[in-house]
Amino acid sequence: MTSALDVNVTRRIGEFDLDVAFAVDSGIAVLFGPSGAGKSLTLALIAGLVRPDTGTIAINGRVVSDTDRNVHVTTQGRRIGMVFQDGVLLPHRSALDNVALAVRQTTGRKERRAIARAWLERVGAEKFADRRPSSLSGGQRQRVALARGLAGEPALVLLDEPLSALDSAVRRELRNVIREVIVGSGVPAVLVTHDAEEAEDLGDVVIAYSDGRVIARRSIERPARTEPRHERPPSGELP
Amino acid sequence: MTRARAFALTLGGRSKAAIVAATALIGGGLGFGFAHLMDGSIEYWGVVSGPFFLTLRVAIPATVIAGVTGIAAGYVLAKERFPGRDVLETLGSLPIILPPTVIGFYLLEVLSPGTRVGGIVTRVVGHALVYNVAGCIIAASVAAFPFCMRAARSAIEGVDPKVEQAARAMGLSNSRVALRVTLPLARRGIAAGITIGCARALGEYGATLMVGGDINGKTRTLSLAILDSFTTPERNTMILILVLMAVTAMTGVGLLGWSRT
Repeated sequence: MTSALDVNVTRRIGEFDLDVAFAVDSGIAVLFGPSGAGKSLTLALIAGLVRPDTGTIAINGRVVSDTDRNVHVTTQGRRIGMVFQDGVLLPHRSALDNVALAVRQTTGRKERRAIARAWLERVGAEKFADRRPSSLSGGQRQRVALARGLAGEPALVLLDEPLSALDSAVRRELRNVIREVIVGSGVPAVLVTHDAEEAEDLGDVVIAYSDGRVIARRSIERPARTEPRHERPPSGELP
Repeated sequence: MTRARAFALTLGGRSKAAIVAATALIGGGLGFGFAHLMDGSIEYWGVVSGPFFLTLRVAIPATVIAGVTGIAAGYVLAKERFPGRDVLETLGSLPIILPPTVIGFYLLEVLSPGTRVGGIVTRVVGHALVYNVAGCIIAASVAAFPFCMRAARSAIEGVDPKVEQAARAMGLSNSRVALRVTLPLARRGIAAGITIGCARALGEYGATLMVGGDINGKTRTLSLAILDSFTTPERNTMILILVLMAVTAMTGVGLLGWSRT
């Protein structure tokens, strides 16, 4: 069976040496380790923001990086969704526009906005669809960023420490939202964190990093899902 | 919120001081000018209206040309790394560094039908590009270009690269990232550069004199007309010209305020 993501790369930046190999199937794979271990660099390599020195990366069996064959698919061509640490929403666009821009351009404008609105509803952000990012709280911005990351029907979604800039109460609530929405969407995900509790709560598999190497890998058993797919997140006051 | 209030709120401390100073100068110019108008110099309107409208005919297309090419050049300088990049930037900045008459001399070399390059240019275009409005527009565009280019480069470099990365990850092509993310986020700096470029095009003198030739009724812009008025007994003409330039400058400042809001 083809893996959702196959990574086998090396990359040297200054004195730091990254040399990792792992495969990821469905669900959420967590890259866990201390700061400076190479987790975010791995994400940048998968996203095509950085080129590997050697090795290959394949998403759903499609090779997007292969240094031997000089293959490097651009970030746009990789069909990925990204959620950054601080949201990184487009500041001059409303929450709805931010998500609509990520929806595939083959659809009409009206339909794109309808799809974007549905994603905002799914992450519990429909109330602030028309607001600019500067007027949203950190938690609200991350909800919008999550909707944007998934709205483009990506083959893979990458989350780079999406909760680390938030306070603990908001973090706990958003963990549920992230897990529910990503698992519900069926899109495989790779999430980077240095928080052990977060790794346990969110991951189906945890890949531990240290000093640019994968040092351990552990699958987390979870009870089978009984709730329907695409379930709405809990309503009420949003963080 | 009214436009005036939004304008006031968006201005920083130094900008406010500059606007106050500019307004005082413009107000003084207007008062002085109108005082003399009331003294009977209104008849000179006919003398100065030609240069005034010619200046607009020159400065508006020159600002558009310098704005579009300046933004494009600023974008390339901000985003691309290639051999000769610094040389290109220096060449683009020459109209700031060199005296305008030197720029005019080089333009004559490139545009005049009597020179080798100018002859080719004239044949390709089908008519001469000197001693006419087209020549004035080219001279003003060249003078305004570096202001637009440098401001665009600086503003584009100031856009958070993470936002652009996020846009690429959303699947937006590089051209759509530029048009829908980078340039909108850099718009204030770009607008400031275009405003300064427009002011430069409005006041262009040296290169316009050499390429346009200061032909009365044909290429005599406001700046040229001011000097000409000093050599005539009707110095009041100059006062009316000052008033018109002040009004033009105020419009420019107003446009700057509009772009900032």
